[in-house]
Amino acid sequence: MIRLPFVLVFSTLLFSTGVYGVLARRNAVMVLMAIELMLNAVNVNLIAFSSALHDVGGQIFALFVIAVAAAEVGIGLAIVILLFRNRASINVDEVNLLKW
Amino acid sequence: MVAEVVFTASAAAAAENTVAATDGAIQYAWVIALLPFISAALTLFFGKRTPGQGAVYGITALGAGFVMSLAVLWHFVSGGGPYAPPGIEWFSIGPLHLEVGQYVDGLTAVMLVVVTSVSLAVHVYSLGYMHGDVRFTWFYVVLSLFTGAMLTVVIANNLLMLLVGWEIMGVCSYLLIGHWYEERENSSAAIKAFLTTRIGDVPFMFGIFALIFATGFTTTNIAEIGEAIAGPGTSPGLVTAAALLLFGGAVGKSAQFPLHVWLPDAMAGPTPVSALIHAATMVAAGVYLVGRMFEVFVHADPFVLTIVSVIAAITALGAAFLAFVQDDIKRVLAYSTLSQLAYMVAGLSLGPVGVTAGFFHLFTHAFFKALLFLGAGSVIHAVHSNNMSEMGGLKDEMPVTFWTFLIGSAALAGVFPLAGFWSKDELLVGAWDENRWLFFVLLAVAVMTAFYMTRCVLLTFFGTYRGQAHPHESPRVMTGPLVGLAGASVVAGFLGAPQLGAVFGDWVFFEHPHEAHFVFWVALVGTIAAAVGILIGYPLYRERRERDPLMAFPRAWNLLQHRYFIDDFYMKGIVYPIRDRVSAAVYWTNQHVLDGAVNGAAWVTRGAGTFVSWIDRTLVDGAVNAVGGLTSATGGLLKYLQTGNVQWYAVLLFAGVVALTIVFVQIA
Repeated sequence: MIRLPFVLVFSTLLFSTGVYGVLARRNAVMVLMAIELMLNAVNVNLIAFSSALHDVGGQIFALFVIAVAAAEVGIGLAIVILLFRNRASINVDEVNLLKW
Repeated sequence: MVAEVVFTASAAAAAENTVAATDGAIQYAWVIALLPFISAALTLFFGKRTPGQGAVYGITALGAGFVMSLAVLWHFVSGGGPYAPPGIEWFSIGPLHLEVGQYVDGLTAVMLVVVTSVSLAVHVYSLGYMHGDVRFTWFYVVLSLFTGAMLTVVIANNLLMLLVGWEIMGVCSYLLIGHWYEERENSSAAIKAFLTTRIGDVPFMFGIFALIFATGFTTTNIAEIGEAIAGPGTSPGLVTAAALLLFGGAVGKSAQFPLHVWLPDAMAGPTPVSALIHAATMVAAGVYLVGRMFEVFVHADPFVLTIVSVIAAITALGAAFLAFVQDDIKRVLAYSTLSQLAYMVAGLSLGPVGVTAGFFHLFTHAFFKALLFLGAGSVIHAVHSNNMSEMGGLKDEMPVTFWTFLIGSAALAGVFPLAGFWSKDELLVGAWDENRWLFFVLLAVAVMTAFYMTRCVLLTFFGTYRGQAHPHESPRVMTGPLVGLAGASVVAGFLGAPQLGAVFGDWVFFEHPHEAHFVFWVALVGTIAAAVGILIGYPLYRERRERDPLMAFPRAWNLLQHRYFIDDFYMKGIVYPIRDRVSAAVYWTNQHVLDGAVNGAAWVTRGAGTFVSWIDRTLVDGAVNAVGGLTSATGGLLKYLQTGNVQWYAVLLFAGVVALTIVFVQIA
């Protein structure tokens, strides 16, 4: 049985890697992947606490997160493809359509 | 109609149970006063749509009222006592309870009969006299309203109700004098009458206040006031003041010196009005008031009655002299009315014993003076002029008018055995016992009365006709009332004839029934006085001369033609100064004070408006603009945060999460 703090440290590292990826990577695909990392870090946390607290709800929630993440990636990749078609680039620095 | 039923019932049962039957009539005496008000309203609203233009309402109401008045009088004839039911509460102010109620005693009953009978005669007479008048219906409205007001005064058991009727009479008098207001002279006369009587009304009102004060602010009921004054604890000064103030009201309404000036001018009104208001009823209201409130005069200081007698003497003599020189037949009668009213007041000034005599004279005078006025109206109707210089020789063209007028004149002059003889005799007897100098004044006035009536009759009916019109006898609606009133002028005196028991004294008296006693030499002197007057007048005026014989005394003639300059004095001494100076002062006040106030208010408003405008523009608008500007500036700065770079947003998002986490951890 792995002790809870180890798992939490691992998930924290994983989440931080994801945050870094989202904020720092320019490639939109890489950003999407980094989001996946963050979501999975959350999943790890959920399952760890579920196991520690003997509550199966966390695991069920993790399954939902995985399903939502799959959908989110589908939409995200679709946006990336459309972005590429319109701008011939998937560099997020060059996309500022949300400006005032 | 109820009245007639009651009366017929009482007549049928007269043999057995008279008092019980007439008790019914006396309880409903207030209906007599109400009927004319109803007829006035009916005439006003439906008169023009009624056949005959609405005169029928007033005549019906007065006819019913007259029958009811006779039933009420029958109660006293058959020995009944006063009827004083508790009134209905009108309103109360603190301890002061004001009520509406009736007080019916012999005096009331006699006045009811006088007012309703004369008013009925005038209503019928006006059918002919006012025929074709532009405001015929309106005339009947006011005539009925006036009669109702007079009956209210007569029947009222408290002073406030009396005052209400009193003032309505004043208004009606004003309306009727100014009935033909298209002519300025008539409207001026109406205003003069109204204002002059109002001068008397002011002391009258203060007299009422004084009497309310005497009862301790509890009531205006006349009987209760009498008790309060007769009882201990009322200051004599207050009673004396109240008596003088009430007499002031009587002086105004009954046109006694020095407020007599309105009555001759009031002849501007239609002649039936002069007969009803300015001879028989309204001017008698002042005398009635003094008689009704006699308790106050009895308990006041004796000098009050002395003042009353002096004023009566001045008015009686002064007015009789003025009647000598008038050319207008109505003015002769008007001054005669003044003089005869003063006779009544003189009777009252004799104290309790004179009350019966005074009211007996009021009673008889009402009939023959109404007769004389209606007769004069008949003449005026025929010759279209008021001036005796345009009359003459009418006795053949107008026999009914002539004979009735002659009866009226003889009654007024005091010729035996007509009504005026008996009442004048009783006054003379009373004056001989109580007040010698007044006796001689009254005797002199009797001579003068006979003289000026002789002059009037001779100038009007004898000699040759001097006018331009074609005189003719008046229609029957006019001669009928003349004949009726002439009959009353003949027989009314017998009610007070000592030889016939002087029943009048059993009905109208103060404190205890009056016993008339016949003094032969007084009657003889009175008759001689009348005869002397007639015998002086007859040779002087048997043939009309271009110059009036009295012009032989130019100074006196001039003085009388100018009415002793009293009217001039009032105009120049009182009216003009008040009008000119007061109006100038009022104008100045208006220009400077009132306009100044208005302009000042405008200026202040304008200043305030400017200030408010400044606040609005500067502070309120400034605040609004400042909010807008601040928002705009903030937005201008904050827009630079919106780079459109998603990652920059994410950085901020995470920074926010971290910050919130730190905050929560710190708090926890």
